[in-house]
Amino acid sequence: MEVIADAISWILIALGSFFLVSGAIGLIRMPDVYTRMHAASVIDTLGAMLLILGFVFQAGFSLLALKLLFVIALLFFFGPVASHAMAQAALHAEIEPLLAEDRRGRKVPGDDEPEPGGQPEGVPST
Amino acid sequence: MALVYDMPRRKRFDNKTREQQMRSLVLAVALFLFWLALSGHYTPFLLTIGVLCVALTVFVASRMLIVDDEGQPMELLLAAPAYWAWLYVEIAKSAVTVTRIILDPRLPISPTFTRVRASQKTTAGLATYANSITLTPGTITTGVSGDILTVHAIIREGADDLEAGGMDRRVRQFEGDA
Amino acid sequence: MFVLATAAVLLALLLAVIRAIRGPTVFDRVLAGNTVGTLAILLLASIGFLTGRPEFLDIGLTYGLLNLIGTFAVLKFFRHGDLAYDVDENKEGKAWK
Repeated sequence: MEVIADAISWILIALGSFFLVSGAIGLIRMPDVYTRMHAASVIDTLGAMLLILGFVFQAGFSLLALKLLFVIALLFFFGPVASHAMAQAALHAEIEPLLAEDRRGRKVPGDDEPEPGGQPEGVPST
Repeated sequence: MALVYDMPRRKRFDNKTREQQMRSLVLAVALFLFWLALSGHYTPFLLTIGVLCVALTVFVASRMLIVDDEGQPMELLLAAPAYWAWLYVEIAKSAVTVTRIILDPRLPISPTFTRVRASQKTTAGLATYANSITLTPGTITTGVSGDILTVHAIIREGADDLEAGGMDRRVRQFEGDA
Repeated sequence: MFVLATAAVLLALLLAVIRAIRGPTVFDRVLAGNTVGTLAILLLASIGFLTGRPEFLDIGLTYGLLNLIGTFAVLKFFRHGDLAYDVDENKEGKAWK
């Protein structure tokens, strides 16, 4: 039983470390701030959570495991809030995203009429 | 909810409905369990302090009018674990996709901005959808106006998936289960 | 095993700090700062296990909460030029540049 838990936690920690490092490489390689956010969210979600799940298997059934689960919950609930605030603030400061395709003017099913100019609210006009 | 600014003062603070009391109770129990988990010492003195802190927090939260269906969505509590498990699988899938892109020497990104409609009925459901999009690597919600979300995706396929609306339906189902 | 985790976290930290130094925009730096915060929690947890003193995790939890507040404070300042910004006061905000 002990051996199995050890093996699982080994695998989880190794995978988590891999995703941490590759997310950080993405942070360096990506060309602009919006794409870098995607790389950072790999660290925040899969990397951090797999690593901590690996620690949970090491901690066993204890108060420590519960605290590690709180760390996961913290990242799960506050991570997207911070990412969203960052993306919105960057858009507000009129930092232009590198885009292959801009579909912000597209008509969403259920739209009665396309918005005038095709630019929805909250998007800096260019 | 969001329209409390227009309510008369008396109604805001004095008219405690049964539902609000229930929400406050659930909040208090959850906070006290949180205290017990973080403290780890169970002497009468510390437990008393804990009860007092919880009471103060619940009092302040209800004065701030955040103990409602938006700030404390207790109905979603039972359906949440199944949704989180589903969401975690989605996160893992798209994180692997993004990692592949990062480690690919050609860096095959095609950043796309799009807008999608959220069909959730409650604000808690809308927030769940928007945060789930952001939490999934490869897509970020950059703005919400009404029920239209502006989404930045790192590759075209990510935007296509959201426009197809699979996650939207799953969140609506989660909200409907509750 | 914990040595591996610590090494990975330190390597990721190094890359994040390089991004924070290189910028170029303030939002890149905030993003890198936020990532450093996440990695600091993980570093505290793995060092706690490495040295057999898992109480370090409490510091990590506190650090995570403070990191969120710090990120918001910086973003709010750069978005509105003011930490006590009120939505009703000014719909457009003062885009600080």
